[in-house]
Amino acid sequence: MQRVAEQNAPPRLHSQSEMVAFAVMAAVLVIAPFVAYPMFLMKALCFALFACAFNLLIGYGGLLSFGHALFFGWASYAAAHLSKVGAISLPYPALLPKLSWHWLVIPLSPLPPELAILGGTVFAAILGLIVGALAIRRQGIYFAMITLALAQMMFFFAVQAPFTHGEDGIQAVPRGRLFGLVDLADSTNINMYMTVLVIFLGCFLLIYRIINSPFGEVLKAIRENEPRAISLGYKTDRYKLVAFVLSATFAGVAGATKALVFQLASLTDVDWPMSGEVVLMTLVGGLGTLFGPVAGAFFVVSLENYLATRIGQWVLVVQGLIFVLCVLVLRRGIIGELARLLRIKL
Amino acid sequence: MLELLGISPQALFGQLLIGLINGSFYALLSLGLAVIFGMLNIINFTHGAQYMLGAFAAYFLLQYAGLGYWWALVLAPVLVGITGVIIERLFLQWLYKLDHLYGLLLTFGLALIIEGTFRNFFGSSGLPYSVPSQLTGGQNLGFMFLPNYRGWVVVFSLVVCLTTWFVIERPTLVRAFGINVPRMITLTYGFGVALAALAGVMAAPIYSVSPQMGSNLIIVVFAVVVIGGMGSIMGAIVTGFGLGVIEGLTKVFFPEASNTVIFIVMAIVLLIRPAGLFGRTT
Repeated sequence: MQRVAEQNAPPRLHSQSEMVAFAVMAAVLVIAPFVAYPMFLMKALCFALFACAFNLLIGYGGLLSFGHALFFGWASYAAAHLSKVGAISLPYPALLPKLSWHWLVIPLSPLPPELAILGGTVFAAILGLIVGALAIRRQGIYFAMITLALAQMMFFFAVQAPFTHGEDGIQAVPRGRLFGLVDLADSTNINMYMTVLVIFLGCFLLIYRIINSPFGEVLKAIRENEPRAISLGYKTDRYKLVAFVLSATFAGVAGATKALVFQLASLTDVDWPMSGEVVLMTLVGGLGTLFGPVAGAFFVVSLENYLATRIGQWVLVVQGLIFVLCVLVLRRGIIGELARLLRIKL
Repeated sequence: MLELLGISPQALFGQLLIGLINGSFYALLSLGLAVIFGMLNIINFTHGAQYMLGAFAAYFLLQYAGLGYWWALVLAPVLVGITGVIIERLFLQWLYKLDHLYGLLLTFGLALIIEGTFRNFFGSSGLPYSVPSQLTGGQNLGFMFLPNYRGWVVVFSLVVCLTTWFVIERPTLVRAFGINVPRMITLTYGFGVALAALAGVMAAPIYSVSPQMGSNLIIVVFAVVVIGGMGSIMGAIVTGFGLGVIEGLTKVFFPEASNTVIFIVMAIVLLIRPAGLFGRTT
């Protein structure tokens, strides 16, 4: 079957429309900070990457995770902590003389931004491995419920763990100097913006590569018909787990970057509404489209910015309405509909 | 033995009772979810919001119609059930042929709309709802003090759960001769929603009535459903009460983990028995 598929598949790896769209997107994003607020753009880019990571799982693997805030938020905590404090204290239980917690301290000095982001990403990947291994044991809606429940558990850990500083969050996170050379705390935010842009475009291309790799093709086969993929001899659980870890890792990059951009890691980023928000962004843009999550993230972040100053209280209701509208009449999402109208791949 | 562990029997039995109360709500809500899932193949994310609507319905009935707890116990589930029927006719009926996930996403959207609307009008602080006069006070059982209302909640929800089980799992009712299937689906959704609202009314005097009372609860109930599996009605009931008790005991012996114990149990069950304790297939 695989051999037949290889013979019949068109020889191209890249669709032309996707290449053009990527070039346009990159060009617009390079010029954008000179026209729009860099802070707004960086927020949208972080969420766009988060949504792309999420889309890798639902759009190509058919797995709806309702707990992706877990990876986004905890990577953000990890990066903020590494950048501000550095030293890692791990609790371990001691049973004698009575049950109590002791701390294993790994002395580290505050890390530069590139290592802080890397640390946050690695942490998200480890969490992704644990959560993924548990969640893929069930399918469909159970998968969604399990990820939601595990994310809620980690939310409670975030409330209780001393290093997250509870309601206050980790504030005043230093942005530092990238590779010891580039000052990310510049007043115009351009250095920070360009760093975020490079991270975003790099991860976007990586995700694109993953989707179009043989691994991505198997993932799509599992999405379409898992029993059939199993009968063809694929160990679907392994593919699903790898997809989950990759998705968590990219979500981690987004969260860690966001912590440096806003110099803050807070409970908002690990709480369940954040998991809902990334679902919304991907749904609005178009599940399983390459550019959908980016468009969806920009749409939702712009909408929230616009509404916040006018009818701040109603944001939740507006989000709910968009969910309902998307499910009932716009299941392909903005980009999905656009691609259908123009008859191209986006 | 309890004295050896440094725990007073009062604290232990007190937490056990709170565990049973929480367990009643878990059981009622996961029962409703299981009933809806069994018939509609949809996971009703709006369930928490509908539980909250039940509590608010009781509050409104008292404030604006002067109807007390006992009226609310009957009227609130009916009223909220009717909104459920409307939701099913307006939205859910279009989704049955699609992937399950769309049902989850749509009901999640509805939950946001309902919760957001109530938050705008009532803020996030709770509104008080008093215990009905017939059930104030309590019994001294010697080893602990049992408030009458709490005893009532445990007993009544157990009765509701077992009645539902009896009605649904009785094979004569499943015989589909002459049953209008689409209407049956609509009514099932209405019934599941009414169960959530009933739980909301019962919760009103214990927890205060607040817009976000449902959203955190529903996530725990999802974990309960994963643990029990939605295949069996009895499974939902047993798991609900059981986990409530486990949570209560955790509050006594290891309070740091009381918020997370149910999720940890879920993880362990997934490792040992992925289909859930009462689940048949995944």
